[in-house]
Amino acid sequence: MSTTVLETQTALDQALQASTAPRHKSSVEVTDYNNRQTVGKITVDNPKMVCRDVDVFYGAKQAIKKVGLDIGANEVIAFIGPSGCGKSTFLRCLNRMNDTIASCRVTGQIMLDNEDIYAKEIDVVQLRARVGMVFQKPNPFPKSIYENIAYGPRIHGMVNTKAELDELVHDSLERAGLIKEVEKRMQEPGTSLSGGQQQRLCIARAIAVNPEVILMDEPCSALDPIATAKIEELIDELRENYTIVIVTHSMQQAARVSQRTAYFHLGDLIEIGDTDQIFTNPRHKLTEDYITGRFG
Amino acid sequence: MNKPATGSATPPPSRNIKAIVHQNLARRRAAERRFRGYGLVAITLGLAFVVLMFGNIISKGLPAFWQTYIQVPITFDSTVLDPQGARDPQALANADYATLVRAGMRQLFPHVEGRLPLRALGGLISSDAAYELQRRIQDQPELLGSTQEVWLLASAAVDTFFKGNIDRTLPEAERPIKDNQIEWLDKLKTSGKIEKQFNAVLFQSGDSREPEQAGIRGALMGSFFTLLVTFLLSFPIGVATAVYLEEFAPKNRWTDIIEVNINNLAAVPSIVFGLLGLAVFINFFGLPRSAPLVGGLVLSLMTLPVIIIAGRAALTSVPPSIREAALGMGASKLQMVGHHVLPLAMPGMLTGSIIGMARALGESAPLLMIGMVAFIVDVPKNFLDPATVLPVQIYLWSDLPERAFVERTSAAIMVLLAFMILMNGLAILLRKRFERRW
Repeated sequence: MSTTVLETQTALDQALQASTAPRHKSSVEVTDYNNRQTVGKITVDNPKMVCRDVDVFYGAKQAIKKVGLDIGANEVIAFIGPSGCGKSTFLRCLNRMNDTIASCRVTGQIMLDNEDIYAKEIDVVQLRARVGMVFQKPNPFPKSIYENIAYGPRIHGMVNTKAELDELVHDSLERAGLIKEVEKRMQEPGTSLSGGQQQRLCIARAIAVNPEVILMDEPCSALDPIATAKIEELIDELRENYTIVIVTHSMQQAARVSQRTAYFHLGDLIEIGDTDQIFTNPRHKLTEDYITGRFG
Repeated sequence: MNKPATGSATPPPSRNIKAIVHQNLARRRAAERRFRGYGLVAITLGLAFVVLMFGNIISKGLPAFWQTYIQVPITFDSTVLDPQGARDPQALANADYATLVRAGMRQLFPHVEGRLPLRALGGLISSDAAYELQRRIQDQPELLGSTQEVWLLASAAVDTFFKGNIDRTLPEAERPIKDNQIEWLDKLKTSGKIEKQFNAVLFQSGDSREPEQAGIRGALMGSFFTLLVTFLLSFPIGVATAVYLEEFAPKNRWTDIIEVNINNLAAVPSIVFGLLGLAVFINFFGLPRSAPLVGGLVLSLMTLPVIIIAGRAALTSVPPSIREAALGMGASKLQMVGHHVLPLAMPGMLTGSIIGMARALGESAPLLMIGMVAFIVDVPKNFLDPATVLPVQIYLWSDLPERAFVERTSAAIMVLLAFMILMNGLAILLRKRFERRW
């Protein structure tokens, strides 16, 4: 990918132009957007979040083009695609983290439990308490492990007593599978942990405020395979209680942890469907090229 | 060089390249050595000047920390001090103590006769001696009637003489100490009645026309009150401004203009701020002249841009991942700044502020404009008392011709430098301490 970016890009453009129609047209649901289509069924039966016609602009540059998809309750949905395809940008729309970028403009509709999260009466503070986020690089606060977990519940006023807070911290660390490793060192700085432990600390921090949806932006890209395996295991366990959206560069990871997968390409949502189907039987040429490793 | 190449296709002989590289290598090494040499010379020169400056200041100023005292037998004569015998404190305070000093000196040299020689004898002792005796009686009225050996402050001329700054070989008319005085002083010296003591006066009193009575306490307190006002105003306002501009303000043309102006303000000559202070605080708002309050206000204007710029730099150096983490947890912007960004930026902000304060401590020009250059004897007790500050005191003393003021000027410079070093040390300490936490 590194040496032939330009060639790949040209090839991609050609492929995009050539593939005006999906290959299995008759049996597949297709959503038409002007010249471009999303292959696969974008809706689910019990959606947690519903996104329709989402456009994102950075200044004049359009980063996301008319993307629509549903995120089902208690499912893990993976966003895959080559670098710069807009999957992280789209993820950050889901809890309005893009608000912090002055030049960023989001249009379209993103609903959480039938509430438009971009509506005027929605407070981002409340939204982010419901839609938590785990970032690419582990970013614990430079405070103690205890304080890292206690911060969210404290600012949202979710606990009244010290005992309640202690229990919540313990519980969150337990659910993140970190309790055994940190039980004896709650007052040590969070930054003293290893990379994988830091990332699990960040997940514990996110679930401490009991969100409904957890967004994960390439949570394992800075971790070694063992730490990655632990996080993936954790994601699988968390699915029982939370809806998880994960952006990943590793197709194996997407295949391992997710039930549905969405493939993004240059700001377009190209294909969406059950993970098994996407990886065994991609219906769009671009998806196939990507997952068979022809580029990316 | 070598033999010409036989064909165009043959690669250049490797020995040749080696030689070329070798040749260049020597030149490169020489250039490096030369550059290192320049650096060494520059640093040596710089250090030499620092040593010269400090050596000069310290050698001139150090003697000022010791002062000559003369031991005089003083009889606290009740007929002089308390002719009514009523022991009235008011009457005792106003009594004629100078007579006691003169009497004591006559007791040391009973053979001196005549108005002029007696005057010369009394001139060995500072005029402060009478006040010293008055203070003693006030503290211990039971001394009345007794005779005590008292160490009295010698006059500035005597002090200068004993510090070796008056040449006895000069003609009598050209030196402040006359022949008969030298004779008396030599006698006192041999009988052990002359002693150098630590110059507490320097740290306990305000300015004076008499060098031996002049001290820097007034200037120190003036500097303290002025800097307190400066800090209380400029630190909170500066930090809040930096936070607002960096974290909250929209990035548009107006904020750009404000930013450019703040950067320019940091480069405005300080005397201009003095003029502004004179026009706004004194002439328009009618605040008192020479007051530390006004001085502090003026120095705040000068320090604010420094603190704002340092504060913004400290805020930008906080990694964005911390902001994202806080926002992602649902913290509001103010919570993000207050709980995470500001604590991390604090060491940088404190360093900038202390360096700004150290600059304010050394500033004299703007304070000249608002009247803090007056001759003020009383030690200021609050923000509105007339006062001066250390650098202005140094400026005032440096203008005076007496040899004793020359050493006091250097001593005051030493005190000022000590405070500067202390403040910069504090800045380093705070930074280290905060940074070590994680």
